[in-house]
Amino acid sequence: MSQPQIHIRVGEADFDLATEYLAAQAVPGSGALVAFAGLVRDWHGGKAMRLEHYPGMTEKALARIADQACQRWSLNAVRIIHRVGTLQPGEQIVLVITASAHRLAAYDANAFIMDYLKTEAPFWKQEVSEQGAHWVDARASDDAARQRWEQTGDD
Amino acid sequence: MKQLELRYFARLRDALGLEGEHVNVPAEVHTVRDLIAWLRQRGGEWDAQFSGARPFRAAINQDLVPLDEPIPDDAEVALFPPVTGG
Repeated sequence: MSQPQIHIRVGEADFDLATEYLAAQAVPGSGALVAFAGLVRDWHGGKAMRLEHYPGMTEKALARIADQACQRWSLNAVRIIHRVGTLQPGEQIVLVITASAHRLAAYDANAFIMDYLKTEAPFWKQEVSEQGAHWVDARASDDAARQRWEQTGDD
Repeated sequence: MKQLELRYFARLRDALGLEGEHVNVPAEVHTVRDLIAWLRQRGGEWDAQFSGARPFRAAINQDLVPLDEPIPDDAEVALFPPVTGG
């Protein structure tokens, strides 16, 4: 089997789902393509979100997570895009696309990548409102979501 | 003596008022845990932030590591709160 095509991008620019989908679709051999998009929630009083990251380590961490997914599932393409800077409620923040011969691998690998991204990639969210800025605390439920991949064996 | 490049991020950077610094640490600072103990000797926010009351994470040369990880000479060591991306 040929090497999976891995694409990782971190930056302020927005992304276009159709463009990214077409890029993943263009890699031959897939029968299933799963796309997850994360948005800035808008049910906290219209606060903007400021995203900081650790340039260099972020790309390295995301590449490692993509590699781990490719070792665990038979994937043809992985695309991970994460935005940084100031984002408004409702804006796109993260995109993960996984392409595989079959849907279960594409679904599971996609969830795996998001669960590891949320617990190992060095991004930090700060909520900004008229009252000031406040750092978002990490959630235990995100650690629990990642740990389920450590408990289940190889699929 | 060992030379290190320290970096701080997010809430920790704001609390310490510093993005990063070049430090010479004594030879007995072997692990991240030793480095934390050495930083806490500065007192004030340094002691408060690394007291264990609030969680933090460490990376050596841009890889997440446990606190017992040995630090090589000339390493880039980053200290930051648990990550919250996605």
